[in-house]
This record gives sequence, structure tokens and C-alpha cells, in this order.
Amino acid sequence: MTRVLLIDDEQPFVETLAKRLDKRGITILKAFTGQDGLDVLVENPGVEVVILDVKMPGLDGIETLRRIKASHPLVEVIMLTGHGTVETAIDGMKEGAFDYLLKPCEMDDLMQKISEASMRKGQASARIDEAEAQLIALRRGD
Amino acid sequence: MFDQAYYKQLTRTMILSVVLVSFTPLILISGIMGYEFHTSYRNKVIEHLEEVVEKHKQIIDSFLNERLAEIRVLANSFSFNRLRDTKELQELLSALQGYHQGMFVDLGLIRSDGIQEAYAGPFMLGRADYSNAPWFKEVMRRKVYISDVFLGLRGVPHFIVAVRMESGSKDWILRATIDFVAFNQLVENIRIGRTGLAYIISKNGEFQTKPRVDVQGEIPAVLEIIAEQALPQADQTTKDKSEHVAVSVVRSTNDGHEVIIVTTPLKDGEWTLVYRQDASDALKSMYHTRNLGFAVSVLGGVAILMVAMWRSRRVVERIRQADREKELLNDQVIEAGKLASVGELAAGIAHEINNPVAIMVEEGGWISDLLADGPNLNDENFSEITKSLEQIKTQGTRCKEITHKLLSFARKTDSTLKDVNLNEIIEEMIDLSTQRARYANVHISSDLQFDLPGICASPSEIQQVLLNLINNALDAMDKDGGELFISSHVVDQTVHVVVQDTGHGIPQSNLQRIFDPFFTTKPVGRGTGLGLSICYGIVTKIGGDIMVQSTVDKGTKFTIVLPLPNRGEKPEANGDNRGCSQGETP
Repeated sequence: MTRVLLIDDEQPFVETLAKRLDKRGITILKAFTGQDGLDVLVENPGVEVVILDVKMPGLDGIETLRRIKASHPLVEVIMLTGHGTVETAIDGMKEGAFDYLLKPCEMDDLMQKISEASMRKGQASARIDEAEAQLIALRRGD
Repeated sequence: MFDQAYYKQLTRTMILSVVLVSFTPLILISGIMGYEFHTSYRNKVIEHLEEVVEKHKQIIDSFLNERLAEIRVLANSFSFNRLRDTKELQELLSALQGYHQGMFVDLGLIRSDGIQEAYAGPFMLGRADYSNAPWFKEVMRRKVYISDVFLGLRGVPHFIVAVRMESGSKDWILRATIDFVAFNQLVENIRIGRTGLAYIISKNGEFQTKPRVDVQGEIPAVLEIIAEQALPQADQTTKDKSEHVAVSVVRSTNDGHEVIIVTTPLKDGEWTLVYRQDASDALKSMYHTRNLGFAVSVLGGVAILMVAMWRSRRVVERIRQADREKELLNDQVIEAGKLASVGELAAGIAHEINNPVAIMVEEGGWISDLLADGPNLNDENFSEITKSLEQIKTQGTRCKEITHKLLSFARKTDSTLKDVNLNEIIEEMIDLSTQRARYANVHISSDLQFDLPGICASPSEIQQVLLNLINNALDAMDKDGGELFISSHVVDQTVHVVVQDTGHGIPQSNLQRIFDPFFTTKPVGRGTGLGLSICYGIVTKIGGDIMVQSTVDKGTKFTIVLPLPNRGEKPEANGDNRGCSQGETP
């Protein structure tokens, strides 16, 4: 099951979206500020995808993204943004975000993005695992 | 916009200024020219009259002296015995009358005892006794004498010319009577204008000729003039014309009009030749010219007044039009400034609306998900759907509040003055800015005096001032967040509203210019440079002021000072009074 962390300052939005994703077989972790999200990531290393709101008080979306990418480079981040902050979301992609979606978004689109992001994360992890295996083999002198 | 009374006052002031500037030189020039013309013309007229009288005096003096000389010639040429012959005397009289058209009435030879020895003439005066006649005594005393006019023995007015001759031990007198009517005509011969006439009076004021109009009322004044003329003068030795002719202007006792009187002595001061003329007649041309000038001045004055009124009204109408256009432009600038403020809010507002919309969409999606399980809902699903519907309602209400707040600010500016509850507006503007402040990591706090009195202002304009200052404060703290503090309180007779931030501050060099139109330090496209200029215009328009204190990297403090309306008095600010209920606190 894909593990997704949802970070948004709008609590009702997070709760409802979590229920809908849960119903679609996705394991959801929730956070309502950027800092909370970072903490959850540290506590839950199995998170594959983060859905991150761009505009939040305190640590905003872009700054949170930078920190996620700094500490968890393999975790894929999907930015959620309103029409007024599309440019910010695009900036986010330059910082390493997987993609962005306009809020409110279609569930099918979101599921598609989550699936793609999860797959990419899986591929990246597999490549790393393989690289690590090769590295270990080299060390052993096989 | 100024009221009707202002433009009426402006029109009056302009008319008065134009009239004063035009009339003052006109009146001064007219006055000076009129005075100079009056004086010089009057002097000319008087000089002319003096000359005429002087010449006439010479004529009369010559006449009397010639008559006297003729009698003296006769007395010297003929002996007493020859003259006592009545026939001889009659021949001499006829000869004299022939030369002088009857000027001589008669001739008489009188002995030293006063008895007339011989007589030639129309009266029966032979052997008449003149021993007691005043003229006889005067002749005996002086030797030569011209008498005053008197009736004498014949009972008609006449005067005589007589000479005393010495013949041995006895004196005798030759006298001639001068025709009064002929002499009168000679004197009256001087006639100028309608009322000018001449006559002769004696020292006692008795008429020696008969004036053609009644001048009895002027005689006392004439006698006074004669008396003054007779007084010894400091420069009496100078024998110039002024010693002989005196001019005075007196007021007639008959009808009170002014009369010019010119006098000159005759017969060594025993008679006085008097010329009199009404001043209005003598100065008729001057008065005519003066009246003409006055009429021209009045007509010119009326023309100036009409042109001044017409031009002033046109100019004031243009000023009024310009004021209207300026007012319209001001409104448009304020409106543009407001739209700019709304633009600055737009991002925050869009996000604020987008969030509840996103929640509603998700709740709707969640209901669809639950309904997709089948038409028969279990209790848990039913409860979920109910919660979602509640959430949709809540978020819908949230949207409504946001749009209402925005619309209440963005609606067209109404500059009508009203009683304004400042605290309410401050709170509204804080609400409107909360979301933006939240994302900018700015904490807004306030300290509003709970019993703050109302002020007289346009609510929408005050909203704009406050939102502008709040937006500027948020801009100043956009990068690192900070504290925004807003307070309201009464100081003396004013309300102070303070908007203080902990932003980057304003450099000293820019502080003097921040209220200038189009001055901005914001990046191109983010600021119009009109915000503070509009705020300043709005606040000063209602008689208030804006003060600013700023320290770089510490923050900025704007203090808006607004006047409290005088209770019981009509609030006016810079002539602006577009309505405001009196003496009430909203």
C-alpha cells in the first residue's frame, strides 16, 4: 500500500481528502504545518509521496519542499496550489517536486499523480538498492 | 466640492476687485482733472470780468472827466458878464447838446450867494436859490464837483457837473446837468450772459444808476466789499489793477444762489461801479462740461460694472467647472487607488476563497464515494454524509463572509460625510487583511479605545486609508514576518489612529517624499505610488493630518489625526460639508 503524507493548513480539507484516499487503498499520514510534516517524515521513513500545499503560514510550501528534499531526497512531492500561486508551484518543481495540481483537484488526477510518483519513488529506490547491492558485491570482491 | 455660497463670494470678490481697480484711477483722474479745470476756468472767467469792469470804469471815468473838462473850458473861455446873458448861455447849451446828443440837459450860472444868475434849459429855474443845496456847498468848498444823483428842484433824477470861478472879489459857479437816462445807458452798456449787469452806487449804498433787475438784496454784501476795499493795504503804493478791482462771490439773499460781484471805485471812491452776474451763468460752459464729463463717467462706470460682472461670472463658472473636473479626477484617483489596494489583497483573498471551495469539492467527492457503495446507507455512512453536508454549509458560509468583506470594501467610493465608528472600520480592515497577514507571518494586534467618539468622514474613504496603511505595513514585513499594531484613542479634540509595524522601515531621505504622488520604493508593477498620496488627500480634506516616524530595520509608525466634530456646530473641513448628522455618536 502506498504511504502518502498530506500537509495542508486547512484541517477539514486534510481530513476529508485523507478519508477519500484511504477508501482508495492509500495509507495516509496527516500534518497541518510544514514543520509537522517534516517531523512526521522523520518518524515514518516509509512515506513514499508527500502532497504539499504551497501557501501555508509559518513554514511555507516551498521551504518545506526544500527541507524534505534535503532530508529525504527519494520522497516524491506533489504540490497543491491555487490559481494565484501556480508560479510558486512551478518554482517548486525546479526545487525537485514531482508535479503540481490545482486545488480543488479531481480525485482521478490525484490518484494518477500519486501512482506515478509512487512508481518513480519505487524505481529510484530499486535503482539505489541495486546500486547498493553492486557496491556490496564489489566490496566482497565477487 | 465647494458649495454655492463659496462661488457667490468668489464672484462678489472678483467683481469688487475689478471695479475697485477700474474705478479708483477713474475717480482720481476725474477728481483731479475736474478740480484743476474748475479752478482754472473760474480764474479765467474772473480775470475776464475784472478786465471788462476795468475797461468800463475807464469809459465812465473818461465820460465824467470829459464833461467836467468841457464845463471848465466854458467857464474859462467866457466871462461872468457874458455868461449871465441867458441868450448866450442858451447858445452854448445848444452847442453842447449838438455835440453830445442831448447829454447836457441845462446850464446855469450861480452867484456866490447861491442865487442862479442865468439859466438855459427846459426847466423854469431862473433866479433859483441854491444857497442851501449840498452840491452848492461842495462846489464852493472844492472848486470842481460832480454830484450824486438827486431829485433837486425839478423833481427828476439827475446829477450835476459844476466849477467855481473867481472874478475879482466875487466867485461864481457854472454848472451843467447831465441827462440821467443817457448816463444810465452808458453804465448799463456792459452786459455779459443772461444775468450780467452793471450799476453805480454811492458810498452810502444809494443807487446812482437804475439796475434793470432788483439787486437790493445784494447791496449789504457789496457795501462790505467796498469797505474792505477801502482798508489800507500793505502794498498800497503799488498802483496795479488789483487795487482798483475787487472780486467776491456772495450768496444772494433773494434765492440763495451764488453771485459773482466785481467792484471798482469811481470818482475818487465816492461812487462804486458794481458788476454782478450769477455764478451759474458766468460759469455756464464749465458746468456744462462738468455735467457732460459726469455723464460720461457714469456711463463708463456702468459699462465697467457690467463688464466686470459678466467677466467675473464667466471666470467663476470656469473655476467651478475646473473644480468639478478636479473633484471627478480626485474621485477617479481614489477609486484607482482602491482598486490597487484590492489588487494587493487579491492573492490572499483568492487563496482564502479557494480553500473552502476545495473543502466543499472534497466533501462532495466524499459523499459521492459513499453513495457509490450502494443505495442502502448504513449508519456510519449516513453520519459521514451528514457531517460532509454540514462541512459544505460551513465552508459556503465562510466563502460568503469573505466575498461580503471584499465587496464592502470594493464597492464604489461614496465621499458623503457621515458619522463614522472608527473602531468598526479598523476591525473590518483587520479582518480583511488577516489571511494575508497569516501567510506573511505577521501577527496583528490592536488596542482600540472602547468609547471612541464618532468622527465625521466618508466611511469608504477611511476604509481605504486604513487598508492602504495596513497593506504597506504587510509589504514591509513580507519577507520575515513581524508585528502589526493598530490602536485608536482620543487626544485633545482629535482621534489618533496608529498603524505601527516592525518592518524594514523607511530611510530618512525618503520620509519627506512618501506622500508625493507616484513616489514608490516598491518594485515596478507592484506599487502605483498613489496609495499614501491618496491617504494624505483624504485625511487633509476632512481637516486631519498624517504623521510618520520610521527607523530603518526597526519599523514604521503612521499616526492618523482626525478632528472630532464640534458638538452643536456644523462640521466643516476646507469648505467641505457634504452632510453629517450633528452631535451623535454612532
